[in-house]
Amino acid sequence: MSTMAIDKAGPTRKLGSMSRDRAWALRWSYFFLVLFAIFFLTPPVYMVITSLKSSAEISAATNPWWVFHPTLSNYVELLSSNQFLRFFWNSSIISIVVVFVTMLISIPAAFALARMKFWGSATLATGVFLTYLIPDSLLFIPLFKMLAVIQDFTGITLLNRWYVLVFIYPTLTVPFCTWIMIGYFASIPKELDEAAIIDGASWLQTLLRIFIPVALPGLIAATIFAFTVSWAQFLYPLVFTTSVDQLVLPVGITTTLIKGDVFNWGQIMTGALLGAAPPLIIYAFLMDYYIAGLTAGATKG
Amino acid sequence: MADVSLRKVIKRYDDVEAVRGIDLDIADHEFIVLVGPSGCGKSTTLRMIAGLEDISDGDIMIGGDVVNDVPPKDRDIAMVFQNYALYPHMTVAENMSFGLRLKHYPKAEIKARVTEAARLLDITDLIDRKPKQLSGGQRQRVAMGRAIVRNPKVFLFDEPLSNLDAKLRVQMRIEIKKVHQKVRTTTVYVTHDQVEAMTLADRVVVMNKGRIEQIGTPNELYHKPATRFVAGFIGSPAMNFIPCRLEDAAGTLRIRLTDRIAFALPPARAARYNALPRTDKLLLGIRPEHLTEARAHLDPGVETFETVLDVTEPMGMETLVYFGLDGTPVCGRVNPGAGAKDGAPMRLAMDLNNMHLLNEETGVVL
Repeated sequence: MSTMAIDKAGPTRKLGSMSRDRAWALRWSYFFLVLFAIFFLTPPVYMVITSLKSSAEISAATNPWWVFHPTLSNYVELLSSNQFLRFFWNSSIISIVVVFVTMLISIPAAFALARMKFWGSATLATGVFLTYLIPDSLLFIPLFKMLAVIQDFTGITLLNRWYVLVFIYPTLTVPFCTWIMIGYFASIPKELDEAAIIDGASWLQTLLRIFIPVALPGLIAATIFAFTVSWAQFLYPLVFTTSVDQLVLPVGITTTLIKGDVFNWGQIMTGALLGAAPPLIIYAFLMDYYIAGLTAGATKG
Repeated sequence: MADVSLRKVIKRYDDVEAVRGIDLDIADHEFIVLVGPSGCGKSTTLRMIAGLEDISDGDIMIGGDVVNDVPPKDRDIAMVFQNYALYPHMTVAENMSFGLRLKHYPKAEIKARVTEAARLLDITDLIDRKPKQLSGGQRQRVAMGRAIVRNPKVFLFDEPLSNLDAKLRVQMRIEIKKVHQKVRTTTVYVTHDQVEAMTLADRVVVMNKGRIEQIGTPNELYHKPATRFVAGFIGSPAMNFIPCRLEDAAGTLRIRLTDRIAFALPPARAARYNALPRTDKLLLGIRPEHLTEARAHLDPGVETFETVLDVTEPMGMETLVYFGLDGTPVCGRVNPGAGAKDGAPMRLAMDLNNMHLLNEETGVVL
């Protein structure tokens, strides 16, 4: 009797309620995960389906979610078109150079802002991030004007050249990558650079031999970000490049595959899919390195 | 190998003085421990010797050269950190050889030194592992190895054992002592643990509020503390401080603890304290081991008194007894067979040959 009384006085939850709560939490999370998966995967699936159809089938009044006469003609046509390959090449070279330039600026900047306490370093770190908050749609007209003036003064052609984008994209990538890297560098224990300093390392050696290897996950995150931003950038290339041979992939697809009010849907979808592939591949490849806890073991964990 | 000297070293952070004028001479081969409560400036002092903190005033000399403005890498020191600070992406061997590789030592010599240090620290089997595959004690060994391979003038230890569990700490303490006996490098060791300080040091530097309270061998600090702070900090359980005053009675100098309890001082002590004004507020400092059960035969200078115990703590080889004297909590150490019981009366003996008399206001041991 007495034990019954104690049971009633205790919490109303009975044994096993924890695991039942957990089971419900799992059910809900799977429900929402499936919901999100459907939401985000529907467009790519639709793209794949459409890319495998001929123009005739796309405009026919059949079920849009099924391919009755699959064809690779869209892929063959695009991949054998010099124009499309040119877009691809432009996009690749710009993105790679931008990633390189971004890292060259961001890593030392982040190191300096995270570790070298100089006058105004904290303000500067915040300032770096604030510049990222200014939208590109606000900047492209002044930037265009600036480039035109520089072009007039120096005689160097900047407008309507793909390489101008190499100078412009870092205005988007550098602040954000610096910000990410500041966070990663700041999470490295102070004793680690002190140990390196006592071991006789200069600032540069500390950066190259300790900080970069230790903050590799952050570095990869920043690299992926810089690449994705450069690869997917639409507004700046649309504004600054006009000739067909200077275009990048996103702009090239929309400007050359849409002629007046004629949308070449099959090729647009194919081009978009092919364009989405490189970031996906890079991401999948780098995911292996993108593991948390790389600093485990440096200090008491 | 070198001696280290600090001359009136001061460290100011904005308006706060963390270290307020330290003078310290550390001889070659000596093992010095800086000990004190947190915030006493001991770590700051160590970091100033390392060069990780600038000094605001004074001079630091290593091997006779003033190194105030010499960067850490040129001071020829090695440091072991509380949280080990191993490079996580390098193996044990790479961690240990990093400093040598930066200085472009020949490969063969690097290998020889790493092998030798690994053998000394008994981590030869771990040489190709990454830090995260090591236990806390092993990591600390690697951190020491990294210091040893450099063969520096001075070793600096910043609370190296604080992250280890109690058992491992005792083990590593002995390990550190052994290593020092072998390599004989001048060592400055910071800890807040007085047991570590006592067991490791040739000389202990007790610091408090940015100043040195006392410098001395472990025995000197234990038996002849200069101030109340040192007397209370060194030793566990801590020294008892009982308010008291001196009085003359029938030609002898007596010390009165309570209305009930007063003892005649032994002749040597009476001579030493005789000149003190009888009105001063004083503290009797007496260690728990000098408060024991009353035995049949009493040595001269040992006085007995009756008290009621509050709490007893059997420790196995001894029993700690706690009681009050006019509200002042006091701790004594009695034989386990003496029959001490919670709440029971007991006759205790106080060994006044080992007493200390302190000025209550200044905290100075008289």
